[in-house]
Amino acid sequence: MDELDTEPPLVVVPGADSSSRQLCFAWGPAEVLVCETLFSRAGGSRSRYLSRSPCLSRFWGEGRAGAAVRALTDSVAGTEDGAPSSSRVFVVRRDQDIYIQTLRKLFNESHGIFMGLQRSEEELAGKSRKAQLVQVSKNYRSVIRACMEDMHQAAVSTRDPALQGLYSTQVSILSAMELIWNLCEILFVEAATAGPLLLRLLDWVRLHVCDVDSMVREVLNSESPSKHKLFWNVVDVFVLQGRMDEARHLLSKEASANPTSMNMYKILDDLMKKMPVPSVCKNNTQTLTELELKWQHWHEECQRYLQDGTFASNPHMESICKILLGDEDAILEKKELMTTWYHFLVTRLLYSHPTVKPMELRFYAQSSMDLFLGGESSPEPLDMILMAAFEFEIHQVIKECSIVLSNWWFVAHLTDLLDHCKLLQSHNLYFGSNMREFLLLEYASGLFSHHSLWQLGVDYFDHCPEYGRVYLELHIERIPLSTEQKALKVLRICEQRQMHEQVRSICKIMAMKALRNNRLGSALSWSIRAKDAAFATLISDRFLKDYCERGCFSDLDLIDNLGPSMLLSDRLTFLGKYREFHRLYGEKRFPEAARLLLTLMTAHIAPCSFWMTLLTDALPLLEQKEVIFSAEQTYELMRCLEDLTAGNPDKQKIQDDDIETTKVEMLRLALARNLARVIVKEGTVEGS
Amino acid sequence: QDNRISIWSAGDLGNAGLNGEYHGEPHLLCDIQHNGDVMDMQFLDQERIVVASSTGTVTIFRHHQNNQTLSANHRWEKAHYHVDQDTSCGGAACTGVVCNNPEIVTVGEDGRINLFRADQKDTVRTIDNADSSTLHAVTFLRTTEILTVNSIGQLKIWDLRQQRNEPSQIFSLAGDRVPLHCVDRHPNQQHIVATGGQDGMLSIWDIRQGTMPVSLLNAHEAEMWEVHFHPSDPDHLFTCSEDGSLWHWDTSTNVSEKPSFLHQGGRSTAYLSHSTINQSVVSAWLSNDPTKDRMEITNLIPNQTLSVNSLDVLGPCLVYGTDAEAIYVNRQLFA
Repeated sequence: MDELDTEPPLVVVPGADSSSRQLCFAWGPAEVLVCETLFSRAGGSRSRYLSRSPCLSRFWGEGRAGAAVRALTDSVAGTEDGAPSSSRVFVVRRDQDIYIQTLRKLFNESHGIFMGLQRSEEELAGKSRKAQLVQVSKNYRSVIRACMEDMHQAAVSTRDPALQGLYSTQVSILSAMELIWNLCEILFVEAATAGPLLLRLLDWVRLHVCDVDSMVREVLNSESPSKHKLFWNVVDVFVLQGRMDEARHLLSKEASANPTSMNMYKILDDLMKKMPVPSVCKNNTQTLTELELKWQHWHEECQRYLQDGTFASNPHMESICKILLGDEDAILEKKELMTTWYHFLVTRLLYSHPTVKPMELRFYAQSSMDLFLGGESSPEPLDMILMAAFEFEIHQVIKECSIVLSNWWFVAHLTDLLDHCKLLQSHNLYFGSNMREFLLLEYASGLFSHHSLWQLGVDYFDHCPEYGRVYLELHIERIPLSTEQKALKVLRICEQRQMHEQVRSICKIMAMKALRNNRLGSALSWSIRAKDAAFATLISDRFLKDYCERGCFSDLDLIDNLGPSMLLSDRLTFLGKYREFHRLYGEKRFPEAARLLLTLMTAHIAPCSFWMTLLTDALPLLEQKEVIFSAEQTYELMRCLEDLTAGNPDKQKIQDDDIETTKVEMLRLALARNLARVIVKEGTVEGS
Repeated sequence: QDNRISIWSAGDLGNAGLNGEYHGEPHLLCDIQHNGDVMDMQFLDQERIVVASSTGTVTIFRHHQNNQTLSANHRWEKAHYHVDQDTSCGGAACTGVVCNNPEIVTVGEDGRINLFRADQKDTVRTIDNADSSTLHAVTFLRTTEILTVNSIGQLKIWDLRQQRNEPSQIFSLAGDRVPLHCVDRHPNQQHIVATGGQDGMLSIWDIRQGTMPVSLLNAHEAEMWEVHFHPSDPDHLFTCSEDGSLWHWDTSTNVSEKPSFLHQGGRSTAYLSHSTINQSVVSAWLSNDPTKDRMEITNLIPNQTLSVNSLDVLGPCLVYGTDAEAIYVNRQLFA
């Protein structure tokens, strides 16, 4: 994918009239916002194509294989009809597939398989590793099949024709994906060698060409199959697919019904029974050369019978014999029964080159396709992909799939698997990362635009060594945090990966939200998690403000039980201690309360703005019957008061306020009186 | 978003194979759309389910078993809200619900406790600002008392008979005030309470004594979302967590061996001297040294990937759900 060699697919945004107005756009993390501007199209060509619009041409210029972008029109605001200043915003989103309910199972299950593959042991070498990888591939395929089943069920049971169409399309897409994956598994993952290769291909064809299944069933279930008009079609199908036993079984019915052809039947049956096929069985020591020899003999025998005219009287049996001999024309006659060129390819190989080597496939594939299509129809994208696979052009396969499919799921997982098979080492994209990582990043980014599948995306980013972390950092901050539980999950992900910036930012967002909703305890718990001292200070200031306004503390359950978290910020410590002072006072433990109060002021834990309040709190203690403050303490208090009142002209102004002056005067009086009492008390000799 | 409440059938008893294994997969019986995330739900009785939503709404759904449908029976909109109930976006998530037919108690992110009755339209009682932080879970201690846990690590007992809006008791963890996410009470011995915290720690409390937990067990590596005592066999405890594991804590001791309390000193023996003859062994949960008393802990999930959000256990069946959008049913828990 080094250069853009195909035109990017056109996307028409329904409702946006690009022929008369210029459009403008803005990229989001997973979406593009498009809107019409007031500027009419500059004079000249009244081009109707979106891609020529000056604004939009820019974002098609990137060197990325253009995934099909589906336009989702949401009329966000504005009038409905095309007034000159219509103000509609269109949301163009790619990866619309992730919103299809039934595909979610595919994403979730494949995520599990993906993680299992990443974690699997790399030390296993050779055969066991290959077997493991083949198992992974089979798991992926079974997930695709299960999803196909669900989708089919959904298509059958829904009553909405639009949905039905959508589901049916999805079923055919999934079935095509499974077809391609299966072929890739045979050719690349398992890397079947000559011999077993043919058997695998036969299985592949039998599994996927099922247009004939209903016909087969019909004939088999009928009363006397040999009388059925489609009888010979079914026999031909079995022969073309190499299902010899079933073919022979049906033929025996025909023979018993038609004794005159018994002789012909016996010979044909014998030929079919003796046909040599490659075997997968490990115990079989038959080598390729032996197989070829046997096959040669058998081929000559068939040839002889045909030339002797043994089957001349029964055209059906004759054509079967010709097929057995690998006569291309005879096989081509049965085009409708084979339905696809790759079926033709495999049948051809079965009857003319059963020991075909993997590298020879490309020649046969090309010629098969040409013969089968015969210039009537041109190959479809699926055909091109399969052809690329037969030619062992892995990159071509992936590239074609990326272009055709609307979702990165398939290419991302297949490429990852092939990378684990060590088949993709050499290719590097020009912007630095390799193909596997690029595809995984694209896929995971798509997942992040979903409100709940983003969790899967996290694991995918984890396994992209070069850019995964950066992508994750950017995406994870944009997940909408609608409940605390979701925020906690996101936080846990960030903490596990040491993303401290993101932790701080998320905790700040949640704490601000809580603060705005007046949930001071929640806000505090978020700032504790982020170890955010500044925010803790903010919260404590809120508490203190509340106290000043109302004269009592709100949320005592929180302040009383701060515990070690009190030490997070000075202000918070002050809050805790201040509350403790109130508690001590309430419990009438005055000396301790007094001592605490003094510490709060002298140790500078209290903010200056609060000193007045503290001193006022000291007033009742000074006025108690018994002397609480010692001389030292009283001097300290006086000093504090003087510190407070001495100072800027601003403070002078405040002092002009009556209440303030009264307070200060009362304090001075109380302090003086206390000092007097305490000097006397301390100076007195207590008894003897 | 398309969230649904679904009822599944987890296989009939009659389909047991030769080994007593069940071969049927759970299949969907019926479902209904739900507005907002489902934060918690509980069966009120055989037919009705109470569901707590992230929009702050509490809904009762009725499951009609004759035709296998679900319908919304009653809804309390904006049961939980921030600041002002009338503002449109003021809904706060309702985080926990517990039922004791016909009473329903819910708690939410707004720090509010609501008391409903299934047959009454209006809220029976609301305790506003019961907590300055988020209440994560609630459970019944006795018929008139409830336990709540919050995000500053406190366990509170509320007496619903009293009219004042203050908890009757507050317990908190020593040390860091780690948020507590789940709470469950021992089915038989009502003074034993288990809570799970944000750091994955399991705490066992004896609420008759002290304000601190009796034991702290280092369990999971991430938030513990739910903790459940087995309802009929309370020597077994189950916890599930964000780290993707589900642990089975087993303190059941062999019958033939001596009861464990004889190996301990201190509190437990003093207690025993006052107990009646009918009282069996002091619960192993309160023992001081879990390692000495052979507590077996097993992780029930072999390949863990994403978080296990919720679990429930009844008889030999365990069911749990994960963030990988899968529900697992284990029908042979004690096999």
